[in-house]
Amino acid sequence: MRTRGAGRLLGGEGRRMADAVLFEFLHTEMVAELWAQDPDPGPGGQKMSLSVLEGMGFRVGQALGERLPRETLAFREELDVLKFLCKDVWAAVFQKQMDSLRTNHQGTYVLQDHSFPLLIRMASGLQYLEEAPKFLAFTCGLLRGTLSTLGIKSLVTASVAALPACKFQVVIQRS
Amino acid sequence: MSRQANRGTESKKMSSELFTLTYGALVTQLCKDYENDEDVNKQLDKMGYNIGVRLIEDFLARSNVGRCHDFRETADVIAKVAFKMYLGVTPSITNWSPAGDEFSLILENNPLVDFVELPDNHSSLIYSNLLCGVLRGALEMVQMAVEAKFVQDTLKGDGVTEIRMRFIRRIEDNLPAGEE
Repeated sequence: MRTRGAGRLLGGEGRRMADAVLFEFLHTEMVAELWAQDPDPGPGGQKMSLSVLEGMGFRVGQALGERLPRETLAFREELDVLKFLCKDVWAAVFQKQMDSLRTNHQGTYVLQDHSFPLLIRMASGLQYLEEAPKFLAFTCGLLRGTLSTLGIKSLVTASVAALPACKFQVVIQRS
Repeated sequence: MSRQANRGTESKKMSSELFTLTYGALVTQLCKDYENDEDVNKQLDKMGYNIGVRLIEDFLARSNVGRCHDFRETADVIAKVAFKMYLGVTPSITNWSPAGDEFSLILENNPLVDFVELPDNHSSLIYSNLLCGVLRGALEMVQMAVEAKFVQDTLKGDGVTEIRMRFIRRIEDNLPAGEE
């Protein structure tokens, strides 16, 4: 069984860890529930469930973004927003920072997490690759939602080469 | 307060709000998917059960509590250790039945409903019903069949939120013949 570092603490830090666990369990159950409900298990059905999860993540991301203090919203550049996402938001939500951020400086950003917490419970490597998108949809929405509150319209997709590493691709939508 | 300190507190708050916000999004989605509140309640209970049967392992690993000898000890552990650990609140334990097989958990503040108002057309919805499923599932894994249900709910205008817990029976380990 996987254990988190400092998992035995019951103090403030332990409470945060426990919150994270609650979220993880809820997330896993949501993925299972939304999938099971789908009457059409074919490729079309798969897209519908992914978009439902993504939509839920979006609303949560928006709500989280709305709770940020005023001063965090005064970013000078788009890149600063993405860095904030990779450091502060990721740390608050997943207790770790994003492992790398790359950009082509033309509105496309690739965020890489070598050990994404929502994928860790699944066996590492290639075994459950097909299942991975279900576990990333909510988080893609969450990123899109937080960005939206910070004034940035985007499209967020994710890809997995080998669990538990994954990449989130953020493409800024300019109107 | 310095800006730096603000950042830290905001991160912490975000972390604990993630669960309640996600839960809210889930309930909203279920209300869209199912036609009536009763079905949503059942679904929340079922999902809670599935979470509870796995959460118990996490709880036992973190908390180092030993085996409970009776339902009173169980009540204490649930209120003072489990709720505190996962939700940051400590319900009070009241209204023990004379036989000692029923008690109530009273929550002045239910953290799940921090940002929630029930819309008018969902009067039968038991918003936090996931919790009942979690309690039921977790306790089943430690050999206790229980019933958990909300009897008061601040979302419905009651002064407090009250979960009634009833001990049904001890579950004996039933291993099929021939299996280890």
